[in-house]
Amino acid sequence: MQLAASTALAGLLPSVALAGEPLTNVKKSAESLPDPLTSLKDITSYNNFYEFGTAKDDPARNAGSLRTRPWTVSVEGEVNKPKVFDIEELLKLAPLEERIYRLRCVEAWSMVIPWIGYSLAELLKQVEPTGNAKYVEFISLEDPKQMPGQRDATLNWPYREGLRMDEAMHPLTLLAVGLYGEVLPNQNGAPIRLVAPWKYGFKSAKSIVKIRLTEKQPITSWMEAGPSEYGFYSNVNPAVDHPRWSQAKERRIGEFFKRPTLPFNGYADQVAQLYAGMDLTKYF
Amino acid sequence: MKTFKTLNNKALAWIKFAVFLLALIPMFKLVSDAYFDNLGANPIEKITHSTGYWALAFILITLTITPLRRFSGWNWLQRFRRMLGLYAFFYASLHFLTYLALDQFFDWTSIVNDIVKRPYITVGFAAFLLLIPLAITSNNRIIKRMGGKQWLLLHRTVYVCAVGGVIHYWWLVKKDITNPLTFAILLGILLGIRLFYWLRGLHKSRAGFWNFA
Repeated sequence: MQLAASTALAGLLPSVALAGEPLTNVKKSAESLPDPLTSLKDITSYNNFYEFGTAKDDPARNAGSLRTRPWTVSVEGEVNKPKVFDIEELLKLAPLEERIYRLRCVEAWSMVIPWIGYSLAELLKQVEPTGNAKYVEFISLEDPKQMPGQRDATLNWPYREGLRMDEAMHPLTLLAVGLYGEVLPNQNGAPIRLVAPWKYGFKSAKSIVKIRLTEKQPITSWMEAGPSEYGFYSNVNPAVDHPRWSQAKERRIGEFFKRPTLPFNGYADQVAQLYAGMDLTKYF
Repeated sequence: MKTFKTLNNKALAWIKFAVFLLALIPMFKLVSDAYFDNLGANPIEKITHSTGYWALAFILITLTITPLRRFSGWNWLQRFRRMLGLYAFFYASLHFLTYLALDQFFDWTSIVNDIVKRPYITVGFAAFLLLIPLAITSNNRIIKRMGGKQWLLLHRTVYVCAVGGVIHYWWLVKKDITNPLTFAILLGILLGIRLFYWLRGLHKSRAGFWNFA
């Protein structure tokens, strides 16, 4: 019934893509990882998305109340052409590619996820950053009616994250709208989220409504929550422990034995030069 | 209506048996979840959290017996204390073994590092070690040999274990402290009641002394 109804609607409306529906015209990624993919079930049932609750299975249970249409993303701040993008426009802004990335959570577990999206740089180029743009701030949706976890002051809402300009422009930095060939499930940050695979998972803001280019380094929600535990950079680094636990190893979801964690989550060749000369124990 | 002030041995045996089975439910739930593949994406984490949660819960349940007995006058409640305390030790042991075998897979370097460098693990490990003598001395023969007073003194260690367990939990959660806070409040009440009785006892004996004088 539901399927028939949505098919009928699809005929009437300009393609409204909802969670779980297939994404078409996706270019397969050129680079692939030797690591096997984490199952779709695990990727969509084990989530940190505090807007829907702090237990791992809360987002899958509660994210149904998130409405991903209509949805806009305002790109503003230090740019020549600020613009409010409609989500449909964002879906067509650049060719969609599949990118298989490792995801390393700060809690020492990891996954391998076939994301769909395009480099954040594609979007940023369109708004023409000014010479003052040194950082990019990402702001997620704040609406306790849709996001029941926001009724608790677990974090300072809305969720805010940030990258340095060169990190944001790096080709690895992905604006994701899907995974496993399908529209992004709500619990994974629908309708549009960031993926910076060499940083701990919490750096990759979900359900983004605003992208602000700034001159000053933004203060993120996690920095406010625990300044000694969560720094602005939060690059995956086995040599710098979380103050309360080791980051040397990780448990890949679906595996029994722990794996050693790789510097920059295995992306050192691509990103290590961004941090040349920086003391990464100080800028953790 | 009967007041339950006293129970005959048969009724007591039945209730004991029922409590014995009820206390096994968390373990059976884990076993059946493992069998039916219901432990989720990170089964080892699930088992660690569940066994730890129930170890602490049973310590608190055990600490509820004495105040409950005092308020209700149901002295037979005392006869459940040992079993519940041993269940706390049972779940704490499962929790520790899960960490040792499933989480760390006997990686001794990493385990020693954890105990030395991670305060939440240091505290949790210490609390577990302190539970061991309590479990060992939980039979009538040893109580007799130790003498009631000595035994009681030793078993006061459980207060330290309970506080250690709550701190262990508090320090390990990333941000949401709802659960450890709930445990902390309950433990505060249970220890507060004891403090109240102790102070009242102190006051009474002093008052008695002055009256006498």
